[in-house]
Amino acid sequence: MSTEKGWGARAFDWFEERLPIVSFIDHSVGTQYPAPKNLNYFWNFGSLAGFMLVVMILTGILLAMSYTPHVDYAFDSVERIMRDVNSGWLLRYMHANGASFFFIVVYIHIFRGMYYGSYKAPREVLWWLGIIILLLMMATAFMGYVLPWGQMSFWGATVITNLFSAIPVIGDEIVTWLWGGFAVGNPTLNRFFALHYLLPFVIVGVVVLHIWALHIPGSNNPTGIEAAPQDKIPFHPYYTAKDAFGLGVFLLIYFAVVFWAPNSLGHPDNYIPANPLATPAHIVPEWYFLPFYAILRSVDNKLLGVVLMFASILILFVLPWLDTSRIRSANFRPIFRVLFWIFFVVCIVLGWCGSQTAEGLPLILSRVGTFWYFFHFLVLLPVVGWIETPRSLPTSISTPVVAKPAE
Amino acid sequence: MRTGVLSFAAVVALAFATFMPAGPALAAGEQAELDPQEWSWQGIFGGFDRQQLQRGFQVYTEVCAACHGLDYVAFRNLEEIGYSEDQVKYLASLYEVEECCDDFGDPIYRPAIPADRIPNPYPNEQFARASNGGALPPDMSLLTKARANGPDYVYNLILGYEDPPPELEDEIMPGMYYNTIFDGNQIAMARQLFDDLVEYSDGTPATEAQMAKDVVAFMHWAAEPKLEVRKQTGIRVMLFTFVFTILAYFLKRRIWADVKH
Repeated sequence: MSTEKGWGARAFDWFEERLPIVSFIDHSVGTQYPAPKNLNYFWNFGSLAGFMLVVMILTGILLAMSYTPHVDYAFDSVERIMRDVNSGWLLRYMHANGASFFFIVVYIHIFRGMYYGSYKAPREVLWWLGIIILLLMMATAFMGYVLPWGQMSFWGATVITNLFSAIPVIGDEIVTWLWGGFAVGNPTLNRFFALHYLLPFVIVGVVVLHIWALHIPGSNNPTGIEAAPQDKIPFHPYYTAKDAFGLGVFLLIYFAVVFWAPNSLGHPDNYIPANPLATPAHIVPEWYFLPFYAILRSVDNKLLGVVLMFASILILFVLPWLDTSRIRSANFRPIFRVLFWIFFVVCIVLGWCGSQTAEGLPLILSRVGTFWYFFHFLVLLPVVGWIETPRSLPTSISTPVVAKPAE
Repeated sequence: MRTGVLSFAAVVALAFATFMPAGPALAAGEQAELDPQEWSWQGIFGGFDRQQLQRGFQVYTEVCAACHGLDYVAFRNLEEIGYSEDQVKYLASLYEVEECCDDFGDPIYRPAIPADRIPNPYPNEQFARASNGGALPPDMSLLTKARANGPDYVYNLILGYEDPPPELEDEIMPGMYYNTIFDGNQIAMARQLFDDLVEYSDGTPATEAQMAKDVVAFMHWAAEPKLEVRKQTGIRVMLFTFVFTILAYFLKRRIWADVKH
């Protein structure tokens, strides 16, 4: 490099001295962020989640330009987007399916964190921020599903907002306050639209905090041990390249659904305009809420069901202290590893139960599943941490790798 | 106010109970299995058959349109199924639409133009229900997407009329018809299709099954008019993404070549 800088480089330096935004990005996800070199493909899902957030915001803003948040026009305006707005069908299918894929990505991201113990010290606050993002996503997705004002929109909104009526004494008043009236109606749709537009930007803010909190201790890794400086590589170009490849694979699946099966994840009833006088035979939420819906319906008492449902997510906040083991990665925890996969299957089974009518086998399974869900967190995790003998940890990330050729 | 809403709901519920006993109370029969059909739009290269859509449009106008609206389809959209601009103008001019208003506040009636939506057979829901024994003929523009396995469901339902089994004969309410596909096996729509009910200009024999298939194809086009552009765009996007992914894979391997891991 010549010592004489060109005018472009000098202009760049001039700007960086005043607002070092490029070096800020470089430190966040560029050459100045050292990441462990042994991250596997499960570590792709953080950047994928960030990508989906951007996709959702961009398609959402464009959709909002042609959407009308009024009970008499909402359904029609969505159909107008599908038929008359240029590429409107593409925007809507990318947005509607994007919600599903956002949740797929985030759920894998969360399960990865659970498997590799990414919630443990010193990453508890990072984990908390992640749960806050999940809660905000759920609220945003729920309100977004109401906007097309189809049958499932209306009745889903009715069922979920009615949950708050289970609160003793003031429950009914709270529900009326949420609705802005005595039933789900135009004020409800208006405020849901306003909040659905607002919350994604709140999510962006929490994501910034999430990445900030990530950079204090740095990324966890599949071994769960602290990565020594010599075991780290710069995020760019190594992980940007790896993330680009992962993004391509992800997009192939996402686009296949968007272009070839765009209604496969939706419910047919939502193509029927909302009708407060005709209740659908089965009111089911979107698939990403089904495990929580199963927990809600697993008990006869409405209040208890609501408490259990919210507790099933809020319990994640204390996960770092419920898990008493100091070993992070499940790869070195033989008993926890089995329990993790049982827990994973329980979540899938709960999801299936949520899609069924709450009777017979699905009801029994959702009771067993709900019990196991809390048993896992409240009993198994603390106890296993005490009784389990972990496998011996490698002294460094490179040890098992570099040792191999010597065999 | 609240009581008013509730009693209104009760009256409507009562009306439903009186006129539409489609609920499981009388459902002795189970919904029959759908006989899945092959449709021209299936598969990643699938599309519509313009001839079939035009035949289906003919069935719609000559049979279904007496009771079913097609609210989201404008005459101009018919150019997409192969009619020329002049043909569409002519088709539209056969309909009369109401518009607000002349200088005295009276509605104006004028021939439809391509920009108009296809007029609904009924001025409002109450009129539609009053004309159909309390039942509301659903709008047909989204029906194939608003039912599970929509195209197969509608096709089988149209052809699902049979004489009721003897044990159910007495349970069919007046004004209702036995149908093997409809939930509860009683439907307010009578059987509509009979062989040679319409005469196709392209010479296709108008069997009951052929007409059912054609009209369902037309309905699916009405429900998903961007299906072809969606699938064609999909091929291009997938090819691009595939090449991108391959390149990204080799780029990643090359960048990582010097890392022992």
